[in-house]
Amino acid sequence: MSTPIIEVRDLVKQYPALTAVNGVSFAVPEGGCFGLLGPNGAGKTTTVEIMEGILAPTSGEVLYRGAPLGARFQEEAGILFQETALQNFLTVRQSVAMFRGLYQHGLDIDAVLKLCSLEKLAHRDNRKLSGGQRQRMLLAIALVNDPAVLFLDEPTTGLDPQARRNFWALVQSIKAQRKTILLTTHYMEEAEVLCDEIAIVDRGRIVTQGPPQRLLREHFAEVLLELPRQDFPQAARRLPMQLIEASDRVEITTDDLDGTLRTLISAHVPLKNLRIRPPNLEDLFLELTGRELRS
Amino acid sequence: MMRRLLAVWHARNLEFLRDRGALFFTLILPLSIIVGMAIIFGGPPRPLFKVGVLSAHRAAAVPAAAPPPRRPAPSSGDSGRGSCPPGRCAANPFLHERYVQFIRVASRGEGLMDVRRQRIDMLLAPGDPPRYWVNTDSPKGYIIQKLLLAAEPRAQRVAVTGKAVRYIDWLFPGILAMNLMFSCLFGVGYIVLRYRQSGFLKRLHATPLTAFEFLGAQVLSRLSITVFITAALYIGVGALIGFHDSGSVLLLLLLAVLGSLSMIALGLTISARFSSEELVNGLLNLLTWPMMLLSGVWFSLAGSPRWVQRIADMLPLTQLLHAARAVMLYGAGFGQIAPNLIYLSMITLVFLALGAWSFRWRI
Repeated sequence: MSTPIIEVRDLVKQYPALTAVNGVSFAVPEGGCFGLLGPNGAGKTTTVEIMEGILAPTSGEVLYRGAPLGARFQEEAGILFQETALQNFLTVRQSVAMFRGLYQHGLDIDAVLKLCSLEKLAHRDNRKLSGGQRQRMLLAIALVNDPAVLFLDEPTTGLDPQARRNFWALVQSIKAQRKTILLTTHYMEEAEVLCDEIAIVDRGRIVTQGPPQRLLREHFAEVLLELPRQDFPQAARRLPMQLIEASDRVEITTDDLDGTLRTLISAHVPLKNLRIRPPNLEDLFLELTGRELRS
Repeated sequence: MMRRLLAVWHARNLEFLRDRGALFFTLILPLSIIVGMAIIFGGPPRPLFKVGVLSAHRAAAVPAAAPPPRRPAPSSGDSGRGSCPPGRCAANPFLHERYVQFIRVASRGEGLMDVRRQRIDMLLAPGDPPRYWVNTDSPKGYIIQKLLLAAEPRAQRVAVTGKAVRYIDWLFPGILAMNLMFSCLFGVGYIVLRYRQSGFLKRLHATPLTAFEFLGAQVLSRLSITVFITAALYIGVGALIGFHDSGSVLLLLLLAVLGSLSMIALGLTISARFSSEELVNGLLNLLTWPMMLLSGVWFSLAGSPRWVQRIADMLPLTQLLHAARAVMLYGAGFGQIAPNLIYLSMITLVFLALGAWSFRWRI
């Protein structure tokens, strides 16, 4: 295992009526992509903001290359917030250049613009960009100091599927440069595509942590069968199977696919629209954090 | 349509009423302006003439180099009577005249300057016989002379000449200073607030930029903009109205820099911590309105109560304006405006320190 570039130890963040982070510890290996997943209000953003040094913890510590956060971390960290406003009336290039001026070392502005496919937008007012273009500009700003560690806080929220995939490709090209990435996201597909390791956070605590495939193997020995709800007769609901009813479908979890299929056929359940798939991160996420709507 | 309009109307009213800072300032600001104006400009009718009265022991003295600020003599309490220095009214019947304000003058040199500029209508040295200096170019000087001679036929006249300071010339430094004040207070106060509200400050906080560097950049940016604009207005508008400066341009530049810095420091202090737009707006108004009314931008406060003048003297705009007028209209030198420069420097240092200490990056 690689040496951790960032370590979080027993992090606690308390507010008067809420404990947002409650004893979180994990280590981020250098050169990988670490995903922090969790439902809204789980404590992801609070954890990340403490790691970024912009929020003080109630207790616990964050170490960067074995030392408390300090000037070196600020020089070597790149950050993309979920929402970032910039100064008005500046072009894309001027916005990137302003941030470049805040760091001692970094990349050439043209190189960053090229890396993020922003050459043609360099002279456009930063307020006149589409969602995907804006995220690319913010990524360029996060990369302008050639960071060793890159924080991406829900970077593709609100983007259309094309823009999201385009952004993923950019992040993968950054990963290929052996930069450490810490990603928080709601999108399980995003975590599966980008992350080498994930931690699922709920109610301020880590509920599981590890590489996605290993976690799936550990939590699911089964496959999932999905049937449209209207194809699943009422009588079949009494069958001895592990069922989860969603609004539009019924999910059956089983480690005996042949036996389950035979049971369904004998119960005269129509299988024309049956879908069989392996469990994914979303299943794991829902299993660990529950399906109820969070207030 | 009406339903939708009412829904938005209701929500906006709730938003406003629940913002206690906005509600407070919406009610308190106009109330305090009206009460303040009533206090400052209420009371007995204004005198028609102003006569400077030299103290007996000073009458023959050489003019002082740096006279202390003049104050109106205490009122006699009769709204129609002239006010006169204590102990002098009985000896000199002219000092009983109604609708004449008698002002103590510390030195003859200062008094003569005021007569030449027609800031006072006459300078009187009580004695036997009394002597008086009157500006032959001043219509009010002509009339007050008639009143004096009616009461004191033996009074000896010394003629003085000099053009009055036009109101536009007197107003010009005030407009420049007021513009500087608004530019600095709102230019810094609102921008820092907007940066905080939009999360831009939070993003900057995640870089090596320190609060000192950020605030320093804001100060320098606004300072350079304000000084440039003030200089451009000074040259452009000054040429347009035919203003002839009496003093040093370098001294004016120094004043513009120190005046801007003091206002920027105040703006930073107000915006250093708060996140409510309406609260910051209220605080900025609470600061600008008194300065606009009490600092003598539009009119002199010479006849207002002494405590009002004391409050006015604490305002940086008063200090800036007093010094600017002294330089621009009367050619004052560094030594004469040094107290104003020191005061502005102190305001700058105190409020910059306060702003830096209380500065907050995020909401």
